[in-house]
Amino acid sequence: MLNLFKIAMRNLLRYKRRTLLTLGLIALGVVFVALFVAVTGSFKAMMIGQITDSFVGHMQIHRKGYLSSIETLPLTMNLKPNAARKVESLLQKTAGIEAVSPRIKFSGMFSNFVETSNVRLNGVFPEKEMAAMPLFVSRIKAGSANLNRGEILIPELLARGMKVKVGDAVVIIATNQDGSVNGKQFTVGGIIESATGPGGRDGYIHIEDAREVLRMDEMEISEIALRLKDFNRLPSVYADLEKTLSGEKNKMGQPAFEVHTWEKLSPFYNIARMIDIMTFFIKLMLIAIVLISIMNVMIMAVYERVREIGTMAAIGTLPGKILSLFVVEGFGLGLVGAAGGSLVSCAVIYIVNLSKITFNFGQQKGMLLSAAISPVELLILSGIVIIVSILASLQPAFKASRMDPIEALGHI
Amino acid sequence: MHMIMGEGLSKTYQTGEVAVQALKGLYFSIEKGAFVSFVGPSGSGKTTLLNLIGCLDRPTQGRLLVADMEVSEFTRKDAAMFRGKNIGFIFQGFNLIPVLTAYENVEYPLIMVQSVAAAERKKRVTALLEAVGMIDRQHQQPDQLSGGQKQRVAIARALVTHPVLVLADEPTANLDHDTAYGILRLMKKIQKDFQTTFVFSTHDTRIIDEAEIIYRIEDGVLKNENMKGGAHVESI
Repeated sequence: MLNLFKIAMRNLLRYKRRTLLTLGLIALGVVFVALFVAVTGSFKAMMIGQITDSFVGHMQIHRKGYLSSIETLPLTMNLKPNAARKVESLLQKTAGIEAVSPRIKFSGMFSNFVETSNVRLNGVFPEKEMAAMPLFVSRIKAGSANLNRGEILIPELLARGMKVKVGDAVVIIATNQDGSVNGKQFTVGGIIESATGPGGRDGYIHIEDAREVLRMDEMEISEIALRLKDFNRLPSVYADLEKTLSGEKNKMGQPAFEVHTWEKLSPFYNIARMIDIMTFFIKLMLIAIVLISIMNVMIMAVYERVREIGTMAAIGTLPGKILSLFVVEGFGLGLVGAAGGSLVSCAVIYIVNLSKITFNFGQQKGMLLSAAISPVELLILSGIVIIVSILASLQPAFKASRMDPIEALGHI
Repeated sequence: MHMIMGEGLSKTYQTGEVAVQALKGLYFSIEKGAFVSFVGPSGSGKTTLLNLIGCLDRPTQGRLLVADMEVSEFTRKDAAMFRGKNIGFIFQGFNLIPVLTAYENVEYPLIMVQSVAAAERKKRVTALLEAVGMIDRQHQQPDQLSGGQKQRVAIARALVTHPVLVLADEPTANLDHDTAYGILRLMKKIQKDFQTTFVFSTHDTRIIDEAEIIYRIEDGVLKNENMKGGAHVESI
């Protein structure tokens, strides 16, 4: 086998310029794909991180049917105290959950005593919210994230529009479940940065204040946001939770709860999917480049070496060995091209990161691009190139192995 | 003992709607260890006959036995295996593999055809390169060798698998007279040393006399009038 490789490599070096051009083309294809995967992967991971760690969480649990009515934040669809306790108890028994943040969500009127505007608010336990949403604190642009009783965190666009600053007194007015209106005065404790996606422009108050504004006798919960210990285990934890919660029925015998991953909760999932589809098509282009360039080189190699193939066949080389020789040549091109391309890719990604490229996403400004590609992804990419190289050389190799020795020896 | 025996051997090529009969019912036999030449003008059927004996082609009619094997019905794979085991080839154009050195060219059939162990390969290749006087140029590639030197390497390559039969189609056609004469003498010496049957074709009248047995072939028919040795030749 080693001798077969030696002969194949000698054959590749026979036309150095052509081999180098082919290797260059393959390597360039690998570099472009690796760079695309690294940049888009970084962009995707950053965006998913922003969404899940800022306000959505990895998963959310609601009363069945709440999500389809979420635009109006219906208080009638809240989880009753017993149901909320039941869910929290089930969550404690589920492996892989790091933090849980119950919320009361409602919409109301925000007044600075001069103007009034609509506002969507989350009543939260500050410590639980910060544990479930690690980027929550980093979104506070002014003031404090402590969120003591009587304080409110105002979305920055609302604060700017209403000319409200930290320490100002404001009033929140909301309609409760019975239809009666109640109001409560708050002090602005902080200004919170807007974020792209649902809930990204909500304000925050303490959950006990929310209960007071909404005149709840007992604590009702609109949603429970979850954070997992390992984001990569999302599908398995989701499956476990769904199985557990689907066993809980309401009085009508219907499922009482619904659980959703961030993918269902955020429209950014569609962008993430588009990125995946684009990556797939970019990989297809790489396959086409490798396929065409290797096939072209191997067809040329067979055509140029007809007499040589005839000689090999005449002296008794079996067709399988002749086929192997050309396949090994294709494999060699793929291997060296993939290896070279992978090395250059790492260097290019390093340079891209050194250049500190920033970009904006929705309300987030100046996000630093941190391109990275995992060794596994690079290995998969190289594997694709090598497999396609072998496949591309099969047809010319088969043609060589099937050549009639007499015709081949007579070829001029 | 016959090394080769042909009975009613015919070969017809179909070119479009025209059938060309290259060999017309040959009966012949060649003894083991003979040094035989097929002579005749271009297009007489020498190469076709050598192709049949070398299992590169199959006769249209007749039986052909080589090394006690009926070869006329061989499959492609069987023929390749038979060639690799029993037959060595020397070509008019030398047909060395250009990317390999002289040593590697001789070694090639032992790797690709017979899968011989490295130590045995080295022993055989070195011995043959010495026998053909090319040991000093073993590391040179074909483009660094003269025509005569290339043919010496080709002879070593043909013999390295220890074949019972060596076929050479016009082995001296691309060589000057002195070199051609030298190559023929080398082939003869090796035939004696290795007890191998040598069959070659030529239309070069200058070297014909080197053969022990000469078969004349004209228009696909064997003529027996120019025989030198004791091989049995018939034509119909």
